[in-house]
Amino acid sequence: MSKAVPQSVTQLIEAFSRLPGVGPKTASRLTYYLLRAPDEMTQTLAAALVDLKTKTRYCSVCFNITEDDPCPICADSGRDATQVVVVEEPLDVLAVERTGAYQGRYHVLHGAISPVEGIGPEDLKIRELVERVQKEGVLEVIVATNPGMEGDATAMYLQRQLAPTGVKTTRLARGLPTGGDLEYVDSITLLRALQGRHEI
Amino acid sequence: MPSHERSFRTPAVILRRQDFGEADRLLVVLTPGHGKLRAIAKGARKPAARKTGHVELFALVDMLISRGRELHIVAQAETREPFLPLREDLVRGTYANHLVELLDRFTADQDTGRAEFDLLVSALGWLCTDADPRLVARYYELALLALAGFAPSLHQCAVGQESLEPQDQFFSPPDGGAICPEHRAGLERGTPLSLNALKALRYMQTRPWEAARVLNLNGPLHLELERVMLAYITYILEQRLQSVEFLKRLRREER
Repeated sequence: MSKAVPQSVTQLIEAFSRLPGVGPKTASRLTYYLLRAPDEMTQTLAAALVDLKTKTRYCSVCFNITEDDPCPICADSGRDATQVVVVEEPLDVLAVERTGAYQGRYHVLHGAISPVEGIGPEDLKIRELVERVQKEGVLEVIVATNPGMEGDATAMYLQRQLAPTGVKTTRLARGLPTGGDLEYVDSITLLRALQGRHEI
Repeated sequence: MPSHERSFRTPAVILRRQDFGEADRLLVVLTPGHGKLRAIAKGARKPAARKTGHVELFALVDMLISRGRELHIVAQAETREPFLPLREDLVRGTYANHLVELLDRFTADQDTGRAEFDLLVSALGWLCTDADPRLVARYYELALLALAGFAPSLHQCAVGQESLEPQDQFFSPPDGGAICPEHRAGLERGTPLSLNALKALRYMQTRPWEAARVLNLNGPLHLELERVMLAYITYILEQRLQSVEFLKRLRREER
């Protein structure tokens, strides 16, 4: 970068550029926006960034991101401890919570098996899930990994690992999205939707 | 010869994909006429988007691709063959990872032609049949090595060049194939290659898949073929194969 640009500005542009989905142009825009923004705004942002790393950790039970260990969901005695939804990422917990229809607990794997990318079971919280099922009297594990090649492989691997424990293992149903158009639906989704049809 | 129109229609196999931006996916696809391409499938992570489901890993897809300055854009996508059994069987799915990983490592972006594309599409199809996936993998590896110019020497000694006698031999990755016991003497390299393994490799190297698929090999022979082929491939690529590690793990856990 040109020497006309102060070091502190270059540093922030480079830091933003490392974020996913942020290119050099966007990084520069964000930096110059912050340069002109009120002090209070930049200080709040800086404090939030520091807190993000200092105050958060993984819940020792479900491995979701939390400030308190165990996390509020695991600590909530009103939630059904016999049901565990297994998700790939912490954001997936929020997606299921938004439905308002699930009252059980979660387990975050922090990824999905992808042999071609070199991501194996040892990189995910799978061993911890099996231990949890064995110790905590879980009756049903609902596998909610993403409906794709990696998510399906993870689900099949989990099923293999959980089978000896005798726990009921289910997978989220797959079908047509609300507001979708049948004409554009791919054959795998349509096939799954046909298999999972129900009486009305 | 690829044309330079703003957009073009092509069949494509999705080799890799990663999340990109808010709801897009960055795909690496293999096409018969344009080699390996990187293209953005906009909105492909939204469940109701038209392309979602049509840009699934390892699927054969008819695509309309718009040329971009740095990245291409997937304007339309429609699944032609989803290779469904690969999504329902962990072992077959992992073998599919292996096939794709090999193709990806052996080919640079532009130099991949129709032969590699046809081979991959065929092999993914074979994996969806009741054929032994280990045979599919070995047959595919031999065919891909031949296309890449690394076909192992299996009829002549790779050191002495004389015809190999019908007896147990050795296999030496640095020499590019089988070597006879005579020439192996004094060399520090080469691992044992049984006569049966040599025969199986020769058969697969020279016969069409329809003939090779009925080969009935026992477990130890399959393991020997895998050991020999993977040692050779790893030597050429100078890096470990990721999918193989997972396959070995599945095998260990099955015992």
